[in-house]
Amino acid sequence: MVIGVLALQGDFIEHEKKLMKCGAEVFEIRQRRDIERDFDGLVLPGGESTVIGKLLHEFNLFEPMHKKIIGGMPVLATCAGMILLAERIENDENVYFGTMKMTVRRNAYGRQLGSFRTLAEMKGVGNIPMTFIRAPYISETHGADILAEVDGKAVAAKQGNQIALAFHPELDECNMIYDFFLKSI
Amino acid sequence: MENNRYQLNKELAQMLKGGVIMDVTTPEQAKIAESAGACAVMALERIPADIRAAGGVSRMSDPKMIKGIMDAVSIPVMAKCRIGHFTEAQILQAIEIDYIDESEVLSPADDRFHIDKRKFDVPFVCGAKDLGEALRRISEGASMIRTKGEPGTGDIVQAVRHMRKMNAEIRRLQSMSEDELYDAAKVLQVPYELVKLVHENGKLPVVNFAAGGVATPADAALMMQLGAEGVFVGSGIFKSGNPEKRAAAIVKAVTNFNDSKMLAELSEDLGEAMVGINEDEISLLMAERGK
Repeated sequence: MVIGVLALQGDFIEHEKKLMKCGAEVFEIRQRRDIERDFDGLVLPGGESTVIGKLLHEFNLFEPMHKKIIGGMPVLATCAGMILLAERIENDENVYFGTMKMTVRRNAYGRQLGSFRTLAEMKGVGNIPMTFIRAPYISETHGADILAEVDGKAVAAKQGNQIALAFHPELDECNMIYDFFLKSI
Repeated sequence: MENNRYQLNKELAQMLKGGVIMDVTTPEQAKIAESAGACAVMALERIPADIRAAGGVSRMSDPKMIKGIMDAVSIPVMAKCRIGHFTEAQILQAIEIDYIDESEVLSPADDRFHIDKRKFDVPFVCGAKDLGEALRRISEGASMIRTKGEPGTGDIVQAVRHMRKMNAEIRRLQSMSEDELYDAAKVLQVPYELVKLVHENGKLPVVNFAAGGVATPADAALMMQLGAEGVFVGSGIFKSGNPEKRAAAIVKAVTNFNDSKMLAELSEDLGEAMVGINEDEISLLMAERGK
């Protein structure tokens, strides 16, 4: 199984390590020619959504990637990645792929002093550690299925081929989310 | 589950990887930096080249000015305090800054002690010119390291020297037998536990950026090829002829630092680079502050 990891900015290397540990083959997507090869799944990492969203356009990656997501390619998106998938961002006029029927709030827990780690139940996965770094949350769903909540806020959602997480499974020891994602392919 | 602030702070630095952190002095510059693709901004009243030109004592920026920049952008905002000036750091924490840079660019407030950064909830980045300095700052609680380079010069030579030195020392530790690590810790003047971590992992236990002298996309890509995980650009952007274009080009150069064809395109038509000063033309070596 070959997974493309968007490697424009952010903690993509941590995702790559996790995916390899779970038996996947990985490669980095940094420019147009990288996305032209065959692959089975896509990971959108954490980082700054403003940077990643801008560079997607600048490197002509936006259109081909958008097509793949709409075409049903399995996607795992974390933090900034979740913002890229949301069809509406409550406190930002930008919309990127806009393929998931939900509204998210950027930097929803405030600045870095609001970052935290917790344990919570995720449907279909189990009780897992969740690390939130200047994280967003899902303020409203218009169709995406909510898979996890922390303190009454939705932090994980699935809609068909797309899984979006407000937290960072790539930073914790637990591999359960990667197994969940790879099994869905 | 326990909320380990230090761990969370190291993890914020991980989110900045592959990105460019830009020095800005006004909300307008901060917006230019954000729309050019900066992954964070450093808010300060004067960029290093102007600090160098003005001389005198340079201190933490006015909190009101920093808050203006925090309100202007959605990306993380960093600010500098003087080496050893823990009260300036307390003030920056009170306004909820995302990252504090305990920086040799400002005049040191303490010629012996750095800030005990473990006492703070807010993360710190510190400069280093070799592995010993890097590990001493980490042991004091820094959750991110950058090369010192030589700020405000537009001259990359010192950042290169510092990055190469750090990498060479890391490789040397890696090749040592375990019983040699105790002596290495003594020579480097750092805790044995950190030496052991570097020996085992072949890298610093925190994210390591390049800083001090980056002026062109090629400079930024050079530092990435030498192993930097991201780049700080201080005077290089807003001291140049076309800040918007240069900033955007440096961001793209950091993402595709190995693609020389793309680097060639990015280096075209950027206008005047900052003038720059050679290291033997300057009287003040900021990198010699705080060891």
